[in-house]
Amino acid sequence: MRIRYLLPALVLVGLVLLFAFGLQHDPRQIPSPLIGKPAPAFTLRLLGEQTPYTQEQLRGRPLLVNFWASWCAGCLVEHPFLMELARRGVEIVGIDYKDTDTEALRWLARHGNPYRTIAADTEGRAGLDWGVYGVPETFVLDAQGIIVYKHIGPLDEEAWRTKIAPLLAGGAG
Amino acid sequence: MRIGLFVLGLIAAVYAAAQDASFTPEQAQRYQRLVGELRCLVCQNQSIADSNAPLAADLREQVRTQILAGHSDDQIRSYVTARYGDFVLYRPPFKPTTWLLWLGPFLLLALALTVAGIFVRRRTRAAPGGEPDREHLRRLLDEESR
Repeated sequence: MRIRYLLPALVLVGLVLLFAFGLQHDPRQIPSPLIGKPAPAFTLRLLGEQTPYTQEQLRGRPLLVNFWASWCAGCLVEHPFLMELARRGVEIVGIDYKDTDTEALRWLARHGNPYRTIAADTEGRAGLDWGVYGVPETFVLDAQGIIVYKHIGPLDEEAWRTKIAPLLAGGAG
Repeated sequence: MRIGLFVLGLIAAVYAAAQDASFTPEQAQRYQRLVGELRCLVCQNQSIADSNAPLAADLREQVRTQILAGHSDDQIRSYVTARYGDFVLYRPPFKPTTWLLWLGPFLLLALALTVAGIFVRRRTRAAPGGEPDREHLRRLLDEESR
């Protein structure tokens, strides 16, 4: 068997491996440089109120920080799952991204509110500092307020079970 | 409706021109270069200069205010990469995670040249050294020794 006949086969195997790796890789999933870092600072106010809300209040227990908006279609897709998580006792802090209070409150009244707390990021400044580029995006924070994981796009049971739940279990224990 | 849009466009243009007016020519040049080399993450194959996405507008505004605040190009780049990662840079830095990206094309070129070299060498070696050639050579040698 001469190598000349083996070569095309080797090239084919190489290409298959390359594609198997490359095509499973979603170019929209951009790794966040914030993983392992403390939650970026912000000073927002609570949705529908003037009470200030800062990143300090995210510390003390593991939780999810979910960037969403009433105008965002993907948020409606993940909404039932967030409701389910809230039922299971997961603390979710919502950050209402580039939205108006009126619209956001109407959206919540209509679909239900899975959030323990909601901050209003009307200008999108906090979103910028958190590296948000398309809502919904969900950050997993440990009790020290360190970002341990970021999920881009609608959250679902699969991502929860495989990626997030193990992190939260580790952080709490 | 169309007139409304036109007027809106006009206002936007005047507004943009007014904003640019606060730049020195050198700052305006830096602004153009920076927004041209930052990637818009919403529509990944456009720079933030070309994109109409709201996020791109936010980032352009950030670049503008930071230039006016006297920040250097590197400071502005690290501001953006601290939030969005190296992926936003159309000109990524040369570091261990991007070695393959930068050197890959040269590796491929070297590989291609090596393979081509091996083929050419084998071809020449395998070329038939038939009798007519030897005859010709002998005649040449004879002429030389005469």
